[in-house]
Amino acid sequence: MDFDIFIHILIAAIAAGTPFVYAALGELITEKSGVLNLGVEGMMLVGAISGFIAMAKTGSILVAVLCGMTAGALMAGIFAVLTLTLMANQVASGLALTIFGVGMSAFLGLKYTSIALPGVPEIHIPILSNIPVVGQLFFSHDMLIYCSGALFVAISWFLYKSKSGLILRGIGEAPKSAHALGYNVIKIRYMAVLFGGAMAGLGGTYLSIAYTPMWVEGMVAGRGWVSLALVVFATWRPARVMLGAYLFGAITIAQFHIQGFGIDIPAQLLSMLPYVATIVVLVFISRDQNTIRLNSPASLGITYHPNVQ
Amino acid sequence: MLLKIEPRSEPSKTMKYMSPLIAAILMLISGLIIFTLLGKNPVEAFHAFFIEPVNDLYGIGELFIKASPLMLIGTGLAIGFRASIWNIGAEGQLAVGALFGGYIAIIFNDSNSFFILPLMILAGAAGGIVWASIPAFLKTVFNANEILVSLMLNYVAILLLALLVHGPLRDPDGYGFPQSVLFADSAILPILIEGTRFHAGVLVACAGVVIGWIFLLKSFTGFQIQVAGLAQKAASYAGFQYKKLIWIGLLSGGVTAGIAGVLEIAGPIGQLLPSVSPGYGYAAIIVAFVGRLHPGGIFLSSLLMALLYLGGESGQMNLDLPAAVTGIFQGLLLFYLLAADFLINYRIRITTPQQEAI
Repeated sequence: MDFDIFIHILIAAIAAGTPFVYAALGELITEKSGVLNLGVEGMMLVGAISGFIAMAKTGSILVAVLCGMTAGALMAGIFAVLTLTLMANQVASGLALTIFGVGMSAFLGLKYTSIALPGVPEIHIPILSNIPVVGQLFFSHDMLIYCSGALFVAISWFLYKSKSGLILRGIGEAPKSAHALGYNVIKIRYMAVLFGGAMAGLGGTYLSIAYTPMWVEGMVAGRGWVSLALVVFATWRPARVMLGAYLFGAITIAQFHIQGFGIDIPAQLLSMLPYVATIVVLVFISRDQNTIRLNSPASLGITYHPNVQ
Repeated sequence: MLLKIEPRSEPSKTMKYMSPLIAAILMLISGLIIFTLLGKNPVEAFHAFFIEPVNDLYGIGELFIKASPLMLIGTGLAIGFRASIWNIGAEGQLAVGALFGGYIAIIFNDSNSFFILPLMILAGAAGGIVWASIPAFLKTVFNANEILVSLMLNYVAILLLALLVHGPLRDPDGYGFPQSVLFADSAILPILIEGTRFHAGVLVACAGVVIGWIFLLKSFTGFQIQVAGLAQKAASYAGFQYKKLIWIGLLSGGVTAGIAGVLEIAGPIGQLLPSVSPGYGYAAIIVAFVGRLHPGGIFLSSLLMALLYLGGESGQMNLDLPAAVTGIFQGLLLFYLLAADFLINYRIRITTPQQEAI
């Protein structure tokens, strides 16, 4: 394979992996607090259309990003009220959120299906971007990709070096003990869920304003579900989330390049690739039950309320 | 005056049945608000959405046609949900069922045997089973999360159906359109009520609901499923094999979704198309919950959900309401139900500060 093509695929894989980075890192924080929100797909969709509308109306990337994040957080807020305050089943509530998000985004996007946006410009960092290969790979992206890198650094620091991160993880492991120590479990879980929603919304916005700058109904196309799988694949660790996100970015890109290499495979078979890969990866990581048990937050998916024994 | 939330000493039976009703009423009220926000006359829109579709015999027939796959799949899913086995792959299982059943119809297209339809239904059931056994196998052997696996397989199944309908199963005389030949009369479900499209498949679906009811509430395995859902530890102490329940929980959804796929292609559609379902597999999840995971309730909630589909179509034609409104209603219905379920275990009491002090 030509080396240049290889580099191009890697660069494209980083862009394709970025929605996963945002959504999966957000869900990672939510799950670390012990809450399983299966509504990522719905939050990404509503984030995607909200960011898209804001971008189409104002032309400002910042406004688009803020709108996408707010929309994602609002969606997560519905989930939080249901599961944290009203103690509804987290699996059912997450599914409801996704079904609602699919309908809501289709509804909001009705008038925006035939608009194309200019996209988000690349910023070539002076000097660094001139380094051969490395410069292309790491210093010639759009702003939102740099931000996703910064998010990874921030989350890694937060989870493992800050006191708040320790509290968050503690709540995910043993909410009762955290409550006994005087922490407000419900409030902190609310914040974790809202943060996860904002990040899913941002991931969706990245899709609709930067990666493919247009709105197509259902354009998230399962990326929210893949992000959920990535958190499991990463055994709840941020660095592995990044690895998984770019791996899936590469798989998404691969389907476009395989045909380019003159291999004649029907388009539908190639489109199956990311979904089949998700299943393979899940099987691979889950087959050792202890890995999952030791790494997943102990209270994940279990309803807890301090007033209820 | 204060609102005080206090736990009930035991779950309220009344609220258990009231909460789907409360959810439905709240959804209708939200509907009025949404219609008003869209600049429509709410009464007129309400009429077009919820009454017009079912104010004649033809409309009632349509209601049952749309409700059939929903009640059938909802019953199958409920069996799994009761044991906390989350099969959300019904949409894919439906597509594979339609593919298997449709294949029978296509290869026997010049036969007028009575046995074609039963064979199609068996093939559809087999297709659903094949597709649902993938997450069951991966869950029982590799511990892979059945929610994610079954969901991913939805995308794969829909692509598979599209691939085959664009390719080998395409009608050779169809001017290249991605669709199969029209099925012969022997592969089409007979119409039971003249002047409507009410077909024999509705009876198949109702029979499925009854069988599901007997299985879930009268059989020992059904009892094991319920125990496993309520208290998994108790179930394992009692020696129930959880792996067996995982298989049953997933395959029950697969069988029903596969048959529902055949009812669609042998009923209203009459051929294989790249897409054979407007999201019945997902809507059936809501149907199962709103029906309280009980086949009787599922029968009723499937009619409500079918009305949402019909209302969406009618609203689009008569009032230029966007069809996506249906999806919003479906989501809202489940939200309201989950919220109203809070009242099963808790009650809200209005107290005055004085009472509070005592």
